[in-house]
Amino acid sequence: MSLRRDWRRARAIAWKDLTAERRSKAGFNAVTSLAITILVLFGFALGPDTRAVRDAAPGVIWLAALFAGVLAFNRSYQSELDGGALEQLVLYPGSRKAIYAGKLLANFVFVALMLVVIIVAGIILFQVVIPSEWPSLLAIILFGTIGLVTLGTFYAAMSSRSRAREVLLPLLLFPMLVPVLLAAMEATKALLGGNLMSDAGAWARLLIVFDVVFLAATFLAFEAVIEV
Amino acid sequence: MTTSAPPAAGPAPITGTIVAPRTSRWPIFGWFAFLFLIASQVTAIVISPPDRDMGHLEKILYVHVPAAWMTMLAPLTVLVFGLRYLWKRREQDDLLAAAAAEVATTFAGLTLVLGMIWARPTWGVWWTWDARLTSTLVLFLILAGYLALRALIDDPDRRAQWSAVVGILGAINVPIVYMSVRWWRTIHQIQSSPSTVDPAYVIGLRLNAFAFLFLMIYFIRRRYEAALMERAAEHAARAAALGSRQ
Amino acid sequence: MAPPLAPPSPIPAVDASGIARRFGVTWVLRGIDLRLGAGEVLGLLGANGTGKSTFLRIVGTLLRPHAGAVRVFGKDAVRDADAVREVVAYMAHAPGLYDNLTARENLRFAAEMLDRDNSAVDAVLERVGLADAANETVRAFSSGMQRRLAIGRLLLARPRLLLLDEPYSNLDQSGIELMNAIISEHAEAGGAAIVVVHEIAPAAEVLHRTVTIAEGRVAVHPDDHETLISLAASDR
Repeated sequence: MSLRRDWRRARAIAWKDLTAERRSKAGFNAVTSLAITILVLFGFALGPDTRAVRDAAPGVIWLAALFAGVLAFNRSYQSELDGGALEQLVLYPGSRKAIYAGKLLANFVFVALMLVVIIVAGIILFQVVIPSEWPSLLAIILFGTIGLVTLGTFYAAMSSRSRAREVLLPLLLFPMLVPVLLAAMEATKALLGGNLMSDAGAWARLLIVFDVVFLAATFLAFEAVIEV
Repeated sequence: MTTSAPPAAGPAPITGTIVAPRTSRWPIFGWFAFLFLIASQVTAIVISPPDRDMGHLEKILYVHVPAAWMTMLAPLTVLVFGLRYLWKRREQDDLLAAAAAEVATTFAGLTLVLGMIWARPTWGVWWTWDARLTSTLVLFLILAGYLALRALIDDPDRRAQWSAVVGILGAINVPIVYMSVRWWRTIHQIQSSPSTVDPAYVIGLRLNAFAFLFLMIYFIRRRYEAALMERAAEHAARAAALGSRQ
Repeated sequence: MAPPLAPPSPIPAVDASGIARRFGVTWVLRGIDLRLGAGEVLGLLGANGTGKSTFLRIVGTLLRPHAGAVRVFGKDAVRDADAVREVVAYMAHAPGLYDNLTARENLRFAAEMLDRDNSAVDAVLERVGLADAANETVRAFSSGMQRRLAIGRLLLARPRLLLLDEPYSNLDQSGIELMNAIISEHAEAGGAAIVVVHEIAPAAEVLHRTVTIAEGRVAVHPDDHETLISLAASDR
């Protein structure tokens, strides 16, 4: 019974975060524009040779999502920090895991939408050929996003409440994301490369394992982070 | 409003003060560790012949390899004491974990630098993206993040609790990173770097492994003692503040 | 508005002994002993920075004491924090609202988190005088309106113990009367309250007694506190 209560709370938090973000008029557009700017800069760094740029596209797209995502993750705690609402949030009865689940959901929606835009832009800018197995590609993007959002939401719970948050979040987050990013990038590369389907499958399975491990670990650890 | 003296019955006694540690036996251990290290290094260098490929360069392995092993051991210490802190909330455990993290960072840096110095004449490049070197670099960065976090938080409770969580997750991640990078290189069919350990060198490596272990324990202990003395000073101030009647 | 609570129980609402807390190296609280019964309203006085808010936070399970223990209706605030949070409502000095949400949305969110029905929200908005502004975003609210909305959130919580930190700040006269009415009803129904104020005047009519914190401890005054309260009351 209390699981349903917690789920209700998580949903309420996710709704609250997304509504507040939608009304802020700044967040999504700014962060997504930044991501596209990053793509363009990578284009300058790697190009203008089409081949080099197309080969690098999978990695670049994920990196753009990562750099822009860092801003989104810190922002996701902003509405609580501005008015002192975090104290109130922590005081509501019930499990703090519900708070984490709610924030995860909201961040997932945000980053997933952002990724859609980034990928479309990436396909255009880097002349990526969409493979016939694009549903598998979607699945990989889904699982990569889950891993990215899990660790990002978790570490942002600390960085957003510290000094030098813009530096602290990447510093803590990026080394932890190495396995997820590696798996996501490699799976994406394999699928877009066309001839390494089995490798893509292996990386995708690894990615799912990583997601499960990090989700479980962060869920267990969230209480210790939010309560102090 | 005028304030008057606190009530006649004093405040509840404060338990669990931290006292400055006795340091009687550890300096002896420190001397032992250093001497053992010198002995091990000399022994290893003397008893092992020059490698047919690497010549005397191979002697660097007697520092690099044990340092690498310690680099794996120290995060384990951070993990264990982080868990203990979350369980018992004793600040000694947090201070020990932090000391281990600092020492681990030093050993990781040493491993990396020596690895690069060894790689250059052997393979002609300063860096290879092989699994061990790369995961050591990532470990170094994880530890750098851990230390940065500690530096940026002033509240000791928050610092201890967050460090414990970050340290535990970081330590868990290290083998995962190693596995991912190895798989990455296998997929792309890169030859893994040769891990030549001729039986002739094993004794030297084992000896030095122990020497480095003793040294690491000693370093962690000294760093921990320094941290304890800082806290003891703060706690003396606490006793004065709480016990005072004005 | 406050629902009927159980009759006052023999278990003290708040039982604090030896509460101490430091921030960095400074000891803000140095051993607070306090006891509060059900149905009592306690005023907490003291100069700025004496630790009144810190003590309130400790009782409300937001902070852990570094020494001592506090029990709320018999439950330890550290070991049984979850149980304590079920019966306590805390209003901080900062309103703790979401600027981009409307008043109604803020309360709806609180209702969901408190596991209360959404239908209670409109009645609460009516009570705190925000029914007309229900669909405006809090960003546009004056600080007095924000305070009223925070009070509304307290009403949704239906706690046994109220912890209020400077609840009268930014309130006009009718707001002060509203706050006092709510505190009185709460106390009459068997609830307890600790109210941190920097001056007695607005709270005089609802406080049963006061305690002053100075230098991290409960200060004992030569004047009886009831005298101070009745003096303040007679001034009006």
